[in-house]
Amino acid sequence: MNRCRMVFSGSGGQGVITAAIILAEAAVLHEGLMAVQSQSYGPEARGGATRTDVIIWDSQIHFPKANEPNVLVCLTQEAYNKFYTIIRPGGLLITDSRFVRIERKVDARQVELPMYEKVMETIKRPIVLNICMLGVVVALTRVVQPESLLKVLKARIPAGFLDINTQALELGMALSREGRT
Amino acid sequence: MPVKDYIRERFFPHLWCPGCGHGIVMNALIRAIEALGLSKNEIVMVSGIGCSSRISGYLDFHTLHTIHGRALAFATGVKMGLPELNIIVPMGDGDALAIGGNHFIHAARRNIEMTAIIMNNRIYGMTGGQYSPLSGYGTLATTAPYMNIDHAFDVVQLSIAAGATFVARTTTYHVQQMTDCFKKAILHEGFSVVEVLSQCPTYFGRKNKMGSAADMMAFYRDHTTPIGSKKKKENPDLIERGIFVQKDLPEYCRAYDTVIERAKGKGQKG
Amino acid sequence: MKDNIKFVQGNEACVEGALYAGLDFFAGYPITPSTEIAEHLSYRLPQSGGKFIQMEDEIASMCAIIGASLTGHKVMTATSGPGFSLMQEALGYAIMTEIPCVIVDVQRGGPSTGLPTSVSQGDVNQARWGAHGDHAVIALTASNHQDIFAITVEAFNLAETYRTPVILLFDEVTGHMRERLVVPEEGEIPLVGRLRTSVPEGVDYHPYLPREDGRLPMSDFGGVHRYNVTGLFHDMWGFPSNNPGVVQGLLRHLMDKINNNAHQIARYNEYFVEDAQVLLISYGSAARSALHVVQNRRPRGERVGLLELQTLWPFPVDLVRERCRAPEIVMVVEMNMGQVLQAVKLGVDDPEKVFLANRIDGSLITPTDIRNILRVIQGKGV
Repeated sequence: MNRCRMVFSGSGGQGVITAAIILAEAAVLHEGLMAVQSQSYGPEARGGATRTDVIIWDSQIHFPKANEPNVLVCLTQEAYNKFYTIIRPGGLLITDSRFVRIERKVDARQVELPMYEKVMETIKRPIVLNICMLGVVVALTRVVQPESLLKVLKARIPAGFLDINTQALELGMALSREGRT
Repeated sequence: MPVKDYIRERFFPHLWCPGCGHGIVMNALIRAIEALGLSKNEIVMVSGIGCSSRISGYLDFHTLHTIHGRALAFATGVKMGLPELNIIVPMGDGDALAIGGNHFIHAARRNIEMTAIIMNNRIYGMTGGQYSPLSGYGTLATTAPYMNIDHAFDVVQLSIAAGATFVARTTTYHVQQMTDCFKKAILHEGFSVVEVLSQCPTYFGRKNKMGSAADMMAFYRDHTTPIGSKKKKENPDLIERGIFVQKDLPEYCRAYDTVIERAKGKGQKG
Repeated sequence: MKDNIKFVQGNEACVEGALYAGLDFFAGYPITPSTEIAEHLSYRLPQSGGKFIQMEDEIASMCAIIGASLTGHKVMTATSGPGFSLMQEALGYAIMTEIPCVIVDVQRGGPSTGLPTSVSQGDVNQARWGAHGDHAVIALTASNHQDIFAITVEAFNLAETYRTPVILLFDEVTGHMRERLVVPEEGEIPLVGRLRTSVPEGVDYHPYLPREDGRLPMSDFGGVHRYNVTGLFHDMWGFPSNNPGVVQGLLRHLMDKINNNAHQIARYNEYFVEDAQVLLISYGSAARSALHVVQNRRPRGERVGLLELQTLWPFPVDLVRERCRAPEIVMVVEMNMGQVLQAVKLGVDDPEKVFLANRIDGSLITPTDIRNILRVIQGKGV
């Protein structure tokens, strides 16, 4: 496989870091892959644009940051403005169409999806936006199997909340099939 | 057991000056331990740096002579490590309340079972007579050649406010009371503080024209009074002696056993 | 999924290693980027009857672990630069009194409050020289979670073997990032337990009289042997002495027991060193970037190798001198102003071929940084 280098960005509280951990954990624990996840800490992580890097590969990963990610997710305008230039040419840029107005074309496949709107419409719980986003990412990249993500969710999430998370994952995967590109 | 059996004769003579009060404190402490019938193997004496701290070397217990001000922090590790042990922490006033002040209030707040003895001679003796946090306003010292403008702590009030569950004060003149305070403090299940006014004729006495060691002990006789005495009402300047606080609150190591119980329950559930 | 495969932060890998090694007493004070170690241990230790205490500062934390070690426990504290500064006096005490303990410093940018949430390797010399007076120390590091686990176990083993504090110098990047950790089976890594005296009750026990092999068997506080422990120079009884012979003998013993065993304490990894024309020397998270360069350039025919140091002190000078002989260029890759560089230059035969590739701005040095600096050294320009 190719080294999959991803950056998820958004604002504090949207759960992008948790999403990154779940994805990387699924790769390591359930698919026998290697993964490294890191994030920015400190004042810049409280408010402002949150960023987390995930690299997934089938060999040892040494340098742990995704300086030129081939997958970039931006859930807010601020995150988009700050990070859209780092995408690797030919990469995949995923944005939430409610929050992010694409300002410039980059040399990447740009996918705008109404993740937030659909989550509010069908699940009515903004807390699972990050899981919906993961659904989109795995559907478009196939970096791990959705079943692996479900296993991680089962282990991490209290039983009462598992349903809405599963729904959100499926919602994201469905959404990716009808995405404007 | 004779008093001599508690002493490491190999390490004598001691380094205290003639007339120093610290030997009287050591004597009273041995008598208290002897009266309680404690085994020497179950006593750990932890001390810091200063004249008073050398007491640990002279006594035949497990002894830990540490760094300046930190005796109570070391003692906390020893006690947590083996809660069955009796921990006695002799400290000077500078050791306990200047450099070690933070550890003192936190050990008191935790109510960890140990006996803190503050041998208060109102001076840094080992370094040659500088003012301490207990010297008091208007006294003289080698670093206060004109006059000391630092106010002193009241050790008893400080200990009570910090949460100590046993607080007593006595002097080297009142040796029976001192032995009694030590006995009760050692038996107390919690953090206990015994302040002992202990004369330093060499530095504090000389600088402040207090006279000989005997004069200084006579001063303790004449300027202290039992807690709540009639004399105190007539003369509020007298220093009160006795046990100020003795109360039961959960002791730290026993409380940690509850933490372990809860954690084990959690561990089994996964 | 196997139970022993985990996806964790480096700080948690350190916790797993410490528990594997038998840690049962931890005292600490919260400080970024080490705090996760305290958090995890506050949860894990009491589950197996161990003790965790949050002290009032780092000074007290260091003192408390020394006290607990004397009662027979395997002990550790964890901190970062500012807290490590506060620990230095008590660290010197543990060296002087020969009390086994492990101190983790998850490095961040300094001096002073510096960069609490950013990476640095600026405490290498502090680990060596932070305590006053002549002394020897053991300081170890690692670049990935599997090695963090193993080197933490090793730290406990060395602390017991040499009766000395052992410093673990990790950093913000490895401490915070998550990656795979496979926890070894019980018994897979050998453990060194406390060496206790066989002297029976009633017979004189000399706490500071080394055996033939230089080791000093201990007796736990609370046991049948009552003795004195002091930070003053002391004789074989542990009693203060300023006898010149006693002073010199003790200081020599404290230095020699570590420095004379430097080759046995040296831990390192080597990658393509044998035929390297360019040898990178690195450690901690910087070594990840260095290894990335090596793995990346080798297929392109560039003879680049990496010597990754895990033992920083005592500095493995014989190893470094030997490995630096053949390469034309030696480049030390680290995130400070050249702390290991100086040790390398002092050790090698021709120091003029030793260069520094560093980054000191709170960011992890990148493979591109290393390549660019190498190109400049080689006269190729960036």
